Amino acid sequence: MSGARMSALATLRGQIERIETAGAVHLHERVALGHGEIDGVLKGGLARAAIHEVFCEGRQGTAATGFVMGLAGRISAQRPLLWVRQDFSELETGALSMSGLAELGLDPRRVVMVRAADVESALRTSADALACDALGAVVLELWGDVRQFDLVASRKLTLAAQGSGVTGLMLRMAAQPLPSTAETRWILRAAHSPPGSVWSAWGTPRFDAELLRNRHGLCGRWIMEWNCDECQFSEPSTYSQPVAATPADRPDPAVLWERRTA
Amino acid sequence: MIHALDETAERLGLYIGQPLANARAMCPDLRVFDADVAADAKTLSDIADWCDRFTPLVALDPPHGLFLDITGCAHLFGGEAALLKTLVRALARQGFAVGAAIAGTSVCARTLTRQATGSIVPDGGEAAAIDRFPVSALGADEAITTGLRRAGLKTIGDVAARTPSEITARFGARFSTLLAHALGQGDAPISPRKPLPDYIVEKRFAEPIATDTMIAMTLSRLADTLIASMEKQGKGARRLEAAFFRTDGAVRAIMVETGRPVTRSAVIDRLFSERLDALADPLDPGFGFDMVRLSASRTEIVVQEQRDLDAHVHDNDELAALIDRIAARIGGKRVIVHLPEDTHIPEQAAQAAPAQHHLAAAMQAEWPARVESEPPLRPLRLFDKPEPVTVPFATVPDGPPHQFTWRRAKHAVVRVEGPERIAMEWWRQDGKQLTRDYFRIEDAEGLRFWIFRDGLYEGEVFDADGKPAPPNWYVHGLFA
Repeated sequence: MSGARMSALATLRGQIERIETAGAVHLHERVALGHGEIDGVLKGGLARAAIHEVFCEGRQGTAATGFVMGLAGRISAQRPLLWVRQDFSELETGALSMSGLAELGLDPRRVVMVRAADVESALRTSADALACDALGAVVLELWGDVRQFDLVASRKLTLAAQGSGVTGLMLRMAAQPLPSTAETRWILRAAHSPPGSVWSAWGTPRFDAELLRNRHGLCGRWIMEWNCDECQFSEPSTYSQPVAATPADRPDPAVLWERRTA
Repeated sequence: MIHALDETAERLGLYIGQPLANARAMCPDLRVFDADVAADAKTLSDIADWCDRFTPLVALDPPHGLFLDITGCAHLFGGEAALLKTLVRALARQGFAVGAAIAGTSVCARTLTRQATGSIVPDGGEAAAIDRFPVSALGADEAITTGLRRAGLKTIGDVAARTPSEITARFGARFSTLLAHALGQGDAPISPRKPLPDYIVEKRFAEPIATDTMIAMTLSRLADTLIASMEKQGKGARRLEAAFFRTDGAVRAIMVETGRPVTRSAVIDRLFSERLDALADPLDPGFGFDMVRLSASRTEIVVQEQRDLDAHVHDNDELAALIDRIAARIGGKRVIVHLPEDTHIPEQAAQAAPAQHHLAAAMQAEWPARVESEPPLRPLRLFDKPEPVTVPFATVPDGPPHQFTWRRAKHAVVRVEGPERIAMEWWRQDGKQLTRDYFRIEDAEGLRFWIFRDGLYEGEVFDADGKPAPPNWYVHGLFA
């Protein structure tokens, strides 16, 4: 591809980005997660005022819950958290336990739970909640592939989040990733505890997090650890299993654009 | 047995309580319907709903009576006579046989409905109005009525002529009180079906309204008026009820509750639009509503606080408003916060409570602190009811399992931490519950479980012969 064409592409991309984000005040607020490489890829951290999706297989639901809780804990910064979920997912993976939350170093006092009977009311409640700027984050937990959560619904949530500055986290258990307006999309699996003697201390939450979509940077797959005392993610103390390399064949359009305008 | 009958049957000499066979003998082509007490009660309560348009104080007098306290209401309908006429005519048009009367006391009015329907007794005229009626009209027990008749006291006037002490000695204090009330000497308060709301505003329409926009507009005007009258006394509403009176007599009441007192009509507007929007069976205007009433049934004094510079106070207000809106849509019990409980039984450690009423308490709650630099000791997801797992064997009898099957999938245990022994609270439970030994377990895939053995090995679980049986294993939670 010639330099001129690249530049034209980058200009167009910039224009589209400006159109899409017109009026969004909170766009450039980012919260560092604590994991160096991931923060680098995310250009400083997870974006506020956007929707982030976390997918997982059915039995990996708790790992994904822990990851989403960690993200919510980082991003909500002492503000209340609204957790919307369907009745069904509680039967399948268990109820969110407040003592478990406290054990992760997060504050159960700030969690308000909404038990929605069906997907429609869960979506509607989340859209309402995302528009309320008193909240730090809204988590929407859905089980299985949901027909009602299409591009239109996803766009609605994104607009609500952009307007208020509240971050939306979608926890999609046992679902297939589909196109949406999310800022980032992750697939979560539980990772092994680092090798050591069987009776030694273990059990710090460890996640095998794969970043599938990142609107402003590269994707990749990392092992992350949640540090319960400092309430942040970190690099694993020891690599216990091989990790796929980040795709290096695609240039990062955002980086290119910054370089060109600089 | 005859439960109820119409006028024609009455003219033939049939009476309530008569055995059906006797009645058939007197009148072979009698048409009989099964009595449905529940349906009768429902109809009576529907009529009571409809009567709410005349006064908020309506009391049931089963099996087929209603008391309306119209003190201070009659002038709104053009006086007592006009009110009585409107009420009787409207009910008669629906096919009900109505006896109605107005008097100073409820018992006197009830006596009159049985003998002289349509009469209006001025204050102090109660005794004169009813003294010529038979004693049965008082509605006392069958035994007392018979007793009075046997004693030669045929009319209420006869009974009233006796001294109260004679009556009390023969028929009991309750009857003499009833008699005194019927004669206008003292009055028993009626017990209204609904508590009297603190504030009521209503709008009547000459031409019934049916469209959503009109209904919404009416509600928001009523909300303005309601707020204005509450504001004068520094009150805010915690519970609001909108009642829609349909032209055909059906009444639909819709209620919203709020977590903190509402003092702005826009908020009321929004709550009701959420609620109406989410109704499973939408408001059916039929031929239209001829009256809409908005009432605040629970109010609180609002302290006009100076706004703090602290942003959190404002945040909490907004959060409470959001919770109210969601609760209005999907129900108050579906929006919850958790309060810590002082117990070490894992599934009881957190108590779910409606967020509308317990938000402030939840924000202040003290949760047990975690142990620094330890991994999480409690699972992030907890099953309400522990799920049974199959454990083939354990190397040490009271040790952890090597592998287990949960939901038809085999899990090989790679790491174990435990046991953590949790004994049940013997001072609370009635039935004996078993001691649990909890293990934190990681399987080959990296999934982490919290599983427990229900009962001590060879100590608590026995089979039918009294020999020790292997205890059961359960998954209680999952770690992140």
